[in-house]
Amino acid sequence: MYTTNASRGLPRHRSRHLGERYSRWAARALVAALVISLMWLVLAFHLNGQWMFALLFLVLGASLAVVFTRRSLMSHRYIYPALAGLGVFVIFPLLYTIGISFSNYSSDNLLSEDRVRGQFLEQTYQAEGAAFDFTAYRQGSQARLYLEARDDGARDAMAEEAGDAAGVARRYASAPIDLEDAGERRVRLQPAEATPSGEPLAMREMIAARDALSALRLETPAGIELRMTGLRSFAPLLPRYAENPDGSLTDLRDDTTLTPDHETGFFVTEAGERLTPGWPVAVGLDNYTRIFTDPDIRGPFLQIFVWTFVFAGLTVTFTLAVGFVLATLLQWDQLRGKAIYRTLLILPYAVPAFISILIFKGMFNQNHGEINLILENLFGISPSWFTDPALARTMLLIVNTWLGYPYMLLLCMGLIQSIPRDLFEASAVDGGGPLTNMWRITLPLIMKPLTPLLIAAFAFNFNNFVLIALLTGGSPDILGASTPAGTTDLLVSYTYRIAFQDAGQNFGLAAAIATLIFLLVVGLSLLNLRLSKVKV
Amino acid sequence: MAMVQPRSIRTRRLGAHLALLSFVSLVVFPLLLVISISFREGNFATGSLIPERFSLEHWALAFGIPWERADGSVVQPPFPVMLWLWNSVKVAVVSSLMILALSTTSAYAFARMRFTGKAPILKGMLIFQMFPAVLSLVALYALFDRLGQLVPWLGINTHGALIVASLGAVALHIWTIKGYFESIDGSLEEAAMVDGASTWQAFRHILLPLSVPILVVVFILAFIMSIMEYPMASVLLLDEDKLTLAVGAQQYLAEHNQRWGDFAAAAVLSGLPITAAFLLCQRWIVGGLTAGGVKG
Repeated sequence: MYTTNASRGLPRHRSRHLGERYSRWAARALVAALVISLMWLVLAFHLNGQWMFALLFLVLGASLAVVFTRRSLMSHRYIYPALAGLGVFVIFPLLYTIGISFSNYSSDNLLSEDRVRGQFLEQTYQAEGAAFDFTAYRQGSQARLYLEARDDGARDAMAEEAGDAAGVARRYASAPIDLEDAGERRVRLQPAEATPSGEPLAMREMIAARDALSALRLETPAGIELRMTGLRSFAPLLPRYAENPDGSLTDLRDDTTLTPDHETGFFVTEAGERLTPGWPVAVGLDNYTRIFTDPDIRGPFLQIFVWTFVFAGLTVTFTLAVGFVLATLLQWDQLRGKAIYRTLLILPYAVPAFISILIFKGMFNQNHGEINLILENLFGISPSWFTDPALARTMLLIVNTWLGYPYMLLLCMGLIQSIPRDLFEASAVDGGGPLTNMWRITLPLIMKPLTPLLIAAFAFNFNNFVLIALLTGGSPDILGASTPAGTTDLLVSYTYRIAFQDAGQNFGLAAAIATLIFLLVVGLSLLNLRLSKVKV
Repeated sequence: MAMVQPRSIRTRRLGAHLALLSFVSLVVFPLLLVISISFREGNFATGSLIPERFSLEHWALAFGIPWERADGSVVQPPFPVMLWLWNSVKVAVVSSLMILALSTTSAYAFARMRFTGKAPILKGMLIFQMFPAVLSLVALYALFDRLGQLVPWLGINTHGALIVASLGAVALHIWTIKGYFESIDGSLEEAAMVDGASTWQAFRHILLPLSVPILVVVFILAFIMSIMEYPMASVLLLDEDKLTLAVGAQQYLAEHNQRWGDFAAAAVLSGLPITAAFLLCQRWIVGGLTAGGVKG
């Protein structure tokens, strides 16, 4: 254990070796480049208005600059990269999740208010009755379009949009267009006085050129777009909404007003109807109160909550029981072939979980799975493992015991080895059998060092997302739940489904449940640290 | 050898062997079954453990080779398994190397240096490590979504994002390496530093060559963890040709079209190397696990 010269404040010697000096400068340049690129990210995020991310990279860049320029922090340079990884990919997401839990962030409330307003302002509509009749005139192999306003409605609407009545004509004509090409094209129109020369296309030819015509985007000199609305007409596309100085929008179709509601994060019509998309706003404790008061959420939530505890508790109990019994058997001096048994017994641990879980998914298949074939032949029963809640839960416990007992076996074997042999000798002298040894000597002696590891295993199974996601996906579903909730869901898979599989993608609610789980995990890990008395 | 032995030892030994053998056969049955199924004809063929109608169809498909059946019809491989395996290996190698670099340097500082905030940082790392990444997936998705608009190779649906995201999980490895460093006597490094080596040089040229075994173990551990990582990859990767094996493999057993036979071949093909690596290194891996972590 030592203190670096730098942190003692001793001066740094200037290396006599040229190569070393160069490599020092290279290291400094690398740090500078990293800091500059991080600052560029900060600026970019700031300009996009994403202050959370800007703040994250500002903290990252600033701490990088400080740690790698102050010589008194020489030791911290070694731990900085790992801490940065932890900070960006564990701590920041955690804080961000807690932040989301106080908002209504969801697939309906995803974009910022400005982007939502932008989307509304981009919406267009085809003015009713404001149509142009059109005719196509042949010009060699190509054709020119000639448009004439059906009545004054189209002209008026366009004049209002262009803000200039003089710039809007009654008649327009296009340059010759190739009607064979059906790709989307923009074509500029010019005001015209008379019909173009050439003969008009017959109806039959117009129908043949229909695809090409409907892909055309005609544009007047004032910048208004016209699209085909019928075989004989084009109509202008007008912006549907106009922005007012107070932030509200006016619906130009019927002159009603949309007011932004900053409580709910939606634009609201005069009739009080919400229009999607909205933007995320802070909703305070709404998500939390929903979990505990909304009966459609509270019921499934409590059911899943209880099942999560039962699942984790039973898993730990079963795996420990199997692992402990096997470990005591394998520790028996008289037994031969221990190495082979050991290797075979830890096989479930060595096979990647995502493969063995899927193997069980196939084996438990209700119609063709091997397990039901065997049960059918022996007892004439064929349980529905995936549709009956109780059976699905049993299946999960069976599979998880298979997956988890080798870990307990390894733990118990390690701990049993540290028990002094004399104790068993003394027990044998006093006439104690193997069961007495197990209950009176082995178990009490390994329980104490095992407890923190059991808590860790509990916490791990509490959050055993992979098992649920790959084996049952949470099904069979709980009836009458307003969120996607299954009878085999754990809290983690429940939050995952709310956030990523539900049609509504209610990130806010998912984050609130995640925050509750965070609190539970903190409690468990603090308990664990206290029990294991980690020495640093 | 115990001095005092009960009389009934022979029957008891026999009983123990019987119990162990029956348990082992129960445990190994699914694994043998999958190997057997991978050689059976058809996708839901039943039969004994030794296939009666032997066929290499599933294996050919797993390797991406179209298979011509006896009746002349040609079956195309359903999924790009080899591509998924390659994606998994690529992501795992790069992320394990980066994890190794980060955790080795940190472990060195924690094992050898005295600095402010050392104890709380170490404990804090252990606590934060217990938070499952599944819970902050929304935040991670948002982070990479925004980051991808500025830095394309770090966006959603890139392997870069998956690799970088794994750098948060280093606490366990730091503890493992730190324990090993502490078991090496520091006098060699001190001698080097007396002779004018800098701290970095003592670390790079004295300690690192001495700790190659633990570095290999941590690399393999990180590799296996990365291969098996499911939640993050399931959210960050979208296109079929970008998927890792852990995410792709479940498509074989989709709700309505279960390709049991094809899955078996793919599972054996991809699971065997990982299982073998684990069994070879089990001694060190077990040591690291009992030190405080659970397999993820």
